[in-house]
Amino acid sequence: MTETINKTTLIHELSQFLDTDSLLFKEEDLRPYECDGLSAYRQLPMLVTLPRNLAEVQSIVRLCNQHHIPVIARGAGTGLSGGALPLETGILLSLARLNKITNIDQDNCLATVQPGVRNLAISEAVADLGLYYAPDPSSQIACTIGGNVAENSGGVHCLKYGLTVHNISQIKVVTIEGELLTIGSHAMDAAGYDLLALFTGSEGMLGIIVEVTVKLLPLPETAQVILASFDDIEVAGRAVSEIIAAGIIPAGLEMMDNPAIRAAEDFVHAGYPTEAAAILLCELDGTIEEVDEQMTVVRDLLTSSGVSDIRTAKDEAERQQFWKGRKAAFPAVGRLAPDYYCMDGTIPRKTLPWVLKNISRLSEQYKLAVANVFHAGDGNLHPLILYDANNPGELERTEEFGGKILELCIEAGGTITGEHGIGMEKINQMCIQFEDQELEQFHAVKNAFDPHGLLNPGKAVPTLHRCAEFGAMHVHDGKLSHPELERF
Amino acid sequence: MTDISITLSEQIQDACSSQQPLSIIGNSSKSFYGNITHGQPLEISSHTGIINYEPTELVITARAGTSLDEINQALTEHHQMLGFEPSTFNNASLGGTVACNSSGPRRPYAGAARDFVLGCRIINGKGEILHFGGEVMKNVAGYDVSRLMTGAMGTLGVLLDISIKVLPKPEDEITFHLEIPEQQALDMLTRLRSKPVPVTASCHDDSGLYIRLSGSSSAIHAAQKNTGGDIIKESKTFWEDIREHQHDFFNNSEPLWRLSMPPATNIHLEGQTFIEWGGAQRWLTGQTDNIHIRDTMEKIGGHATLYKNGNKRDDCFHPLDNNMFKIQQQLKKAFDPENILNPGKMYKGL
Repeated sequence: MTETINKTTLIHELSQFLDTDSLLFKEEDLRPYECDGLSAYRQLPMLVTLPRNLAEVQSIVRLCNQHHIPVIARGAGTGLSGGALPLETGILLSLARLNKITNIDQDNCLATVQPGVRNLAISEAVADLGLYYAPDPSSQIACTIGGNVAENSGGVHCLKYGLTVHNISQIKVVTIEGELLTIGSHAMDAAGYDLLALFTGSEGMLGIIVEVTVKLLPLPETAQVILASFDDIEVAGRAVSEIIAAGIIPAGLEMMDNPAIRAAEDFVHAGYPTEAAAILLCELDGTIEEVDEQMTVVRDLLTSSGVSDIRTAKDEAERQQFWKGRKAAFPAVGRLAPDYYCMDGTIPRKTLPWVLKNISRLSEQYKLAVANVFHAGDGNLHPLILYDANNPGELERTEEFGGKILELCIEAGGTITGEHGIGMEKINQMCIQFEDQELEQFHAVKNAFDPHGLLNPGKAVPTLHRCAEFGAMHVHDGKLSHPELERF
Repeated sequence: MTDISITLSEQIQDACSSQQPLSIIGNSSKSFYGNITHGQPLEISSHTGIINYEPTELVITARAGTSLDEINQALTEHHQMLGFEPSTFNNASLGGTVACNSSGPRRPYAGAARDFVLGCRIINGKGEILHFGGEVMKNVAGYDVSRLMTGAMGTLGVLLDISIKVLPKPEDEITFHLEIPEQQALDMLTRLRSKPVPVTASCHDDSGLYIRLSGSSSAIHAAQKNTGGDIIKESKTFWEDIREHQHDFFNNSEPLWRLSMPPATNIHLEGQTFIEWGGAQRWLTGQTDNIHIRDTMEKIGGHATLYKNGNKRDDCFHPLDNNMFKIQQQLKKAFDPENILNPGKMYKGL
């Protein structure tokens, strides 16, 4: 039964089962929830709920369904695509208080946790068993596992260990009807369609994740890292392909360009060569014998590929030091300008020189500097555009520039998002990556779970109407990348 | 190398407007698998060819009718392989392999077919040709339809082309044998699971436990010293026989059940068992009480599939609970509104 309802009545109904501190509705209390990690987009929600248990989540969702009120799930709010951006007419459902590790099954190498548990907290909890949870997004100290599943988060170890989708076994979700659904299993597969894959990366559009069972891996016996410097970024790119062609899958294979190197070195003093055009960080892990042999192969390959300098971390402290620069790259670049805008495209590795050349051309055209950080192993590129939001029009120029970078990624045969999600940020570029019929298929999938469009509406998949408007704008610009695309 | 996408799309459009059910047929290497369907045949086997293979990008894209033999041969030339080690049976196609999520001995250690699928082109039940995912490792644009197609047995869409992540072949592999009974074998597999030992396959039969190690020669021999056991001579053919169900255990015309469960599970079902995947996949013959099998699996959080043989072919897959079935039905409707793609192949009503 559907009925319209005003805010006061809704607060009254919610307060029947929520404590006063689980229900926020005053503007000053709502303010911290107005944005996620993409702070350029802000919107106050109608109200915020902070349930303490599953029953409360179900009651909130049922009430939303009954009154047709949009509900937007939020973990730690570290997302970078505006996926948890509130709606003025919607309830923001924070899952941060569901933060217990409920079971560690050492025999099956599984851990069952509530959605608000932080990514790193899982690895910390099982470290004494010699186990860990592999996906390690840069925000792992703060981001929650529920958000990781919703975004299919990656990290620097994806090439070898996979994304979130490869490292979870089961989830429990609350459907828009308020029913609890178990998806996947503690076995290696489950009967029926693979809804686990469908839910992973679905950006809160199909259901509310209330429990996650993750796979745990044994900690590798050893890990070593090489820091290689190059005078030419193309040479660095070729070296990456040669390592892969030699049959080696590094645990991490990261590239940074000169502006990123300088920023990181200036910030954390990782010992990076500030004159280099590019550096590669290549980490190998596994058994002691395997790593020793592969280190020799990689060093030889790099030497013959035209590296200008090559260093191997002599101990664990230096290994951490090498990584510190990479892990601090975003905040480091953030010190170069009042604001920065992080992009997230994936490209076939071989197109890297072409993509970088075009990014630098666009950088000149838009008069905005860029630093590039690249998960080189899996082709996931993070150009960071530097801007100052206080300069009138600069944010808009930055967004347009960012959009062009994403279009480059599509043209190169890649995708507009490798690990950050579409959210609100890249919704227009979805119109370029997908044809109308494909977008309609996505809407049909959503409709199968959420017929009234109440779960995080407006995110991830654009309406055809929006695409038509975006298309018109683009044509007007005279820079449409794919004029052959059919428009609604 | 032929591309029959357009023809297939037209056939499906016609079938959609006349509500004519279709039976999707590839190379029929797994025709024993799944429920029997009654539809007009839709032949995919001539839709063949490797479209793109970039060894340094670790990706291959091929048409659904392409045989695994052809793909394996192309990969071998570059010292690469399909990481999920699928059965080739009698000329299995890539499309059928993905549609069945067919994964072999390496599955628990490297991932299933679904873990390696990067993208696909499909035809939905309206005859629309759609493209999801791509050829890159990381891609979170839109719902993960490519992985949803994996294991859906064609009921959500006809697979046209599939992009798969590939892996380098390990430098060396050895298999060792320990003559130990089932319980001891399961205990050992459990211990190994949480240790950084380069295990890439495991099984237990009447003659004991077999474990394959892969990696650099020095690494696997060092690991084997710790685990003990005797190194067998024919490691490669031993696992090929298991992958292809040529092992003696499978030489049997009785109903063959595939039991999927958390690996460290102790169960007692009458009949003969063959354990794989560190304990997570167990094959069972000599047991005819379907209800008892399913109840037992239900209790331990697993599921049972009647994989091969048996008279009844309308109930091969483990039943879903009502809420789950309803959602899967809605999903089916989203892709195939007229219910024409392999109806009933997985479940009656899907």
